[in-house]
Amino acid sequence: MLKLGVPSKGRLQDATFQWFADRGVTLSRSGSGREYAGKVDGVAGVELVLLSAGEVPRELSAGRIHLGVTGLDLIEEKFNVPEREVTALAQLGFGHADLVLAVPDFWIDVDTLEDLDAVAAAFRESHGHRLRIATKYHALVRKFLTRHQIADYMLIDSQGATEGTVKNLTAEAIADITTSGETLRANHLKILSDGLILASQATLFASKNADWAQARAPLSELCTLLGVDCPELG
Amino acid sequence: MERAYLDNARSGPVRDRVAAETTRLLQGFEAAGAVQVDPPALLAADTLLDLYGEHIRANAYLTRDDEGEQVLRPDFTVPIAQQHMAQAAEPARYAYAGPVWRKQSEEARNREYLQVGLEIYDADAANADADVFATVAGLLAPYGLSIATGDMGLVLAAIDSLNTSDIRKAALRRHLWRPARFQMLLNRFGKGHADWVAERSSLIELSLSGQSAKAIKSAGKAVGLRSVKDVETRLARLAKDADTPPLEEAEVALIAQVLALTGSLADVLEHLPDLAARSKQLATAVEQFQARSDALAGRGLDLRSIPFEGSFGRTRLEYYDGFVFGFHAPHRKDLPALATGGRYDALTRQLGQGRSVPAVGAMIRPEALIALGEV
Repeated sequence: MLKLGVPSKGRLQDATFQWFADRGVTLSRSGSGREYAGKVDGVAGVELVLLSAGEVPRELSAGRIHLGVTGLDLIEEKFNVPEREVTALAQLGFGHADLVLAVPDFWIDVDTLEDLDAVAAAFRESHGHRLRIATKYHALVRKFLTRHQIADYMLIDSQGATEGTVKNLTAEAIADITTSGETLRANHLKILSDGLILASQATLFASKNADWAQARAPLSELCTLLGVDCPELG
Repeated sequence: MERAYLDNARSGPVRDRVAAETTRLLQGFEAAGAVQVDPPALLAADTLLDLYGEHIRANAYLTRDDEGEQVLRPDFTVPIAQQHMAQAAEPARYAYAGPVWRKQSEEARNREYLQVGLEIYDADAANADADVFATVAGLLAPYGLSIATGDMGLVLAAIDSLNTSDIRKAALRRHLWRPARFQMLLNRFGKGHADWVAERSSLIELSLSGQSAKAIKSAGKAVGLRSVKDVETRLARLAKDADTPPLEEAEVALIAQVLALTGSLADVLEHLPDLAARSKQLATAVEQFQARSDALAGRGLDLRSIPFEGSFGRTRLEYYDGFVFGFHAPHRKDLPALATGGRYDALTRQLGQGRSVPAVGAMIRPEALIALGEV
């Protein structure tokens, strides 16, 4: 039996069901609308597991599900070395979300990461602490800034209303998910020209830690139906 | 959970070999005059965050309690330096042995690593450098490892001797350990200067014409701690930098030349008089190099058999700012450096808030040494 984890509610679930349906695999919820159980038609040996999208990375890593649908952002945030936990089978074309780095509009001297780096050094000197960046996506932002060799910043945890942290003097810059950029503009913030940290979308992942012995046949059938390259697993 | 690099090493014969090797190394450091110390395993995180920056979170285990963030020590150097600076008894030599904790990464799958080390705080830098290196080399002699050495002091001196603004020198020093950004800066201050000025001409013009405040105010509401004044200051700084002549090619070449130095210590010593003639900063760094080499030779080491690379120590050994070295097993790509060490005067300056102590140290990985024998 192959266990497929999909989001348990909302637009993400609807879009996931539609994506599979377009490829001849019918996912549906069984029982009443409130019960978290589901079934799969169109392919044999696949069991549907309904989960919060945020729990899918953990379940994939633990090998309790073989396949799972979740955002690329959640996978990249959760694991230091994502390639050890999962492999991406298909990008599903919805659930688009850009994680971006933004600073106040009036910082006319800052357009690029290089500017931000220079400003961070000067800020630390004149204000006595590192330049603060508020975010919920600590690992993603840190990896991005490390890769671009930026120094003298600190990450401040913000689980919501992140765009307001600059005005509230708890951060100098922010890194957050945006779709239209409207909230950023309303809070007097602009995105750095090279400040796109991750362009995320809903993605179908396969677990590298699951027991694939009994799941290989359904995987192969599913890959054919979905039109994706089947990875060597387990 | 397994020990780093070893199977079945939590008890039994492999465990005993690790323990015996640890004792042998500690005794070797004690014979070099060190007293053993036991720094805490759990440290206040803010010190390490201020020193290493945010990316330490990717490497170290942090947790939080009522007094703030705590970190499982990712190395011994910082807690020992803190302890030494608090007591301010110098000169001093310390030895330590115990685990450090690092998160798994692409290169490393373990979490807990044993380290045995030696730290020397002594104003006589050349002899302290030579003592640390000779002691480690002596203890590791039975393993037949290959050696790498470098000298960040030469690179820093090359930067300091550039004929340019202090702002540019500070920017280069700040990014010495981030080679890609360092190269970008070097290019911007040199060949790329004219292009950079052209790109930034409208901002520079604002500052020169006294229009910056107006432009800043019309760009958006001034939110946050970084003020309009801060932005104006940066614009003035850009204008000043635009007006600073670009680095001459010969100067950029000098840095490249220092980073490209290679050969045995004896070979490199032959090239050093040329370098020393280039500036008084380089002359001082070359004197240090010469004094250290003499001290190494005085301990019976053959300078022709110790390799030197100008760029060694630049990527991984972040806080070292002078002599640096590593011992490797080239036939065992699965193992990291068996020992690394170096001088870290600047780190003590940061920890001591202005007060600094000349410091040099090294650490050996006993688990990796035993793994060498467990083929």
